[in-house]
Amino acid sequence: MEQDRHDVSLGSGTAVRLVAARELTTRLRSKAYRIITLVLVVLVVGFALVMQAVNGSKEPDRVGFIPSASGLAAVVQAAAHRTGQDVKTVRVAGAEAGRSQVADGRLDALVTGAQGSRVQVIVQKDLDDSLRGALQAATAQATLDAQVTRLGGDPAQVATAVARASVHVDALQPPQHFDPQRLAVGSVAGILIYLALVATGQGVAQGVVEEKSSRVVELLLATIRPWQLMAGKVLGIGVVGLLQVVVVGVAGALAGQLTGALDLSFSTTFGAVGWLVVWFVLGFTLYSLVFAGLGALVSRQEDLGGATAPAMMFLVIGYVVGISVLPSAPDNTAVAVMSLVPVFSPTLMPMRLAMGGVPLWQTLLSLGLAVACVPVLLVVAGRIYRNGVVRTGAKVSLRAALRG
Amino acid sequence: MGADRSTSALLEIDRVSKRYGDLVALDEMTFDIRAGEVFGFVGSNGAGKTTTMRIALGVLEADSGEVRWGGHPVDFETRRRIGYMPEERGLYPKMKVGEQLVYLARLHGLDRATAAERTRAWTERLGVASRIDDEVEKLSLGNQQRVQLASALVHDPEVLILDEPFSGLDPVAVEVMAEVLAERAREDVPVLFSSHQLDLVQRVCDRVGIVQAGRMVACGTVEELRGGGPDQVVVDVPSVAPGWVRTLPGVQVVREQGSRLLVQLQPGTDDQQVLEAARAAGPVAEFARYRPPLTELFRHVVKGDA
Repeated sequence: MEQDRHDVSLGSGTAVRLVAARELTTRLRSKAYRIITLVLVVLVVGFALVMQAVNGSKEPDRVGFIPSASGLAAVVQAAAHRTGQDVKTVRVAGAEAGRSQVADGRLDALVTGAQGSRVQVIVQKDLDDSLRGALQAATAQATLDAQVTRLGGDPAQVATAVARASVHVDALQPPQHFDPQRLAVGSVAGILIYLALVATGQGVAQGVVEEKSSRVVELLLATIRPWQLMAGKVLGIGVVGLLQVVVVGVAGALAGQLTGALDLSFSTTFGAVGWLVVWFVLGFTLYSLVFAGLGALVSRQEDLGGATAPAMMFLVIGYVVGISVLPSAPDNTAVAVMSLVPVFSPTLMPMRLAMGGVPLWQTLLSLGLAVACVPVLLVVAGRIYRNGVVRTGAKVSLRAALRG
Repeated sequence: MGADRSTSALLEIDRVSKRYGDLVALDEMTFDIRAGEVFGFVGSNGAGKTTTMRIALGVLEADSGEVRWGGHPVDFETRRRIGYMPEERGLYPKMKVGEQLVYLARLHGLDRATAAERTRAWTERLGVASRIDDEVEKLSLGNQQRVQLASALVHDPEVLILDEPFSGLDPVAVEVMAEVLAERAREDVPVLFSSHQLDLVQRVCDRVGIVQAGRMVACGTVEELRGGGPDQVVVDVPSVAPGWVRTLPGVQVVREQGSRLLVQLQPGTDDQQVLEAARAAGPVAEFARYRPPLTELFRHVVKGDA
């Protein structure tokens, strides 16, 4: 069995690529990954559909007028227009026909008569508040017009004069106007990036412990260097996570656009997805390095929770602050400051960027700070990993791992 | 390589020391393994066998001392030529046998095709070819062990370092494992393995090293070790009471089993005189130089040191 001795050199690139490829194929093949991705896609698409359904019910209110009340139709229409309401007025042959149309839902309300300042309205159960407001305003207007006429004036002239009266405001600090739809998109982006960072970060930590607890790490480190193993693992899991974020993000954006749930421009929606991806890549790089280092401190999956708790805490704080403050106060100063700090920026920045109104300098500063942290973490986490990963048994203290 | 292969393939462990805090794990551990030799590493738990092997593999760093192969310190690139079986088995439990072996072979520098070919060859040789598409954790412990051995062999290593390769194997697998080790040694591969099964070590190994408290306390061929003790003779004269032997000068009874005696001869005592005395006492059923089994030697060495 004479064997020719093969070349056993293995470049760093090849080593990292082999490790990453293993992570990629094992994880993409795993049932859990596929199910979670599917569930997330179903959730974001479902969210879009629900939003669409809620918006969709804002069809114009249909208000019927019997012939004797038809004089009010124009006034109601005008009053509704002033309050920004969409009302469609319909002429109805008679009270009986109108009643049955209200009963079967074809009409939201039926105006059956106006006696002086009293307007009679028939509805199925109750009168919608905004519609009541419009009718109230219309009645008041009709009454006012009648009074003006009786006093010998011209109602149209009065109306024009009233319409001209206005208050002009010059704000020294004009408030940022936030589109509620963008706030919703931002919240979804926040939830997605949080879930993705937690899942992938834990994936890295568990992967490190799996190799430690199964002792396969000894076989691996006899042929490749610790940093190659760590880099390959982070890279492989990162690509898997990125794929998930892109699939879910694009599915949600498409669902929002195609169903009409979002009447945002394509560029706004996909801009949010783009930032989500950018911040996932950055956030994952930062957090996964930390998770890899912390994972290397323990030898059993049971001890992992305690070891990764400090990193997890920052992730949770960023997310909770973002999701509880930003939707109601997207320009909150404290949150804006937090979102520049690299431990919080991966969760907060994509939310803020999706909600809009982030000054360019803040975007650039947060990106710059996060990128600047990568080499530092690479060195520190690499050191902790290298020193921790071959020490099986009791938990290695952070200090011992740093000292080496 | 070629002609000077036998000298270049010498694996030397040279005064390697390692402490964990106050605990001395290795104290100037020194021995060598020659090309084509199966070297058995024995010692009680905690004696330092695993630590020595992990240092040789570079998984652990020595405080001082050196591991050399072919006269050069073992570095990262040469480690890749070593086949290793860690004490606690190291495989991905949820990875398929075949994929796992191909992966490990490729991490040792083999290309995909060669890795696949070697995986097929070794799984067949070790009798786990039918399980190639099963996840490792679904295999019995014995079969996992075979896969583990395959993982140490799949990249055609030029040195084998195996920590307890026989533990947990059924008798058939033990035979296969012993055969493979011998075959590797015939290919001039130095083979170092540790074991608690001393009868097995005695049968399989060319040389044996006994470790105690981080130091090599006895090292040599099995014959050297077994012959190295005091002169002892087994003598059996069934027809008479064992009292005859006590009158002989320089002879001491170590053990009595009925009429069968194990006696120790003082230095300078002629065993032929003992034989003559025995024949004078009665018909001799048995007379032989006693060579203690490794088990007994081990007990002796370890106890004597403690």
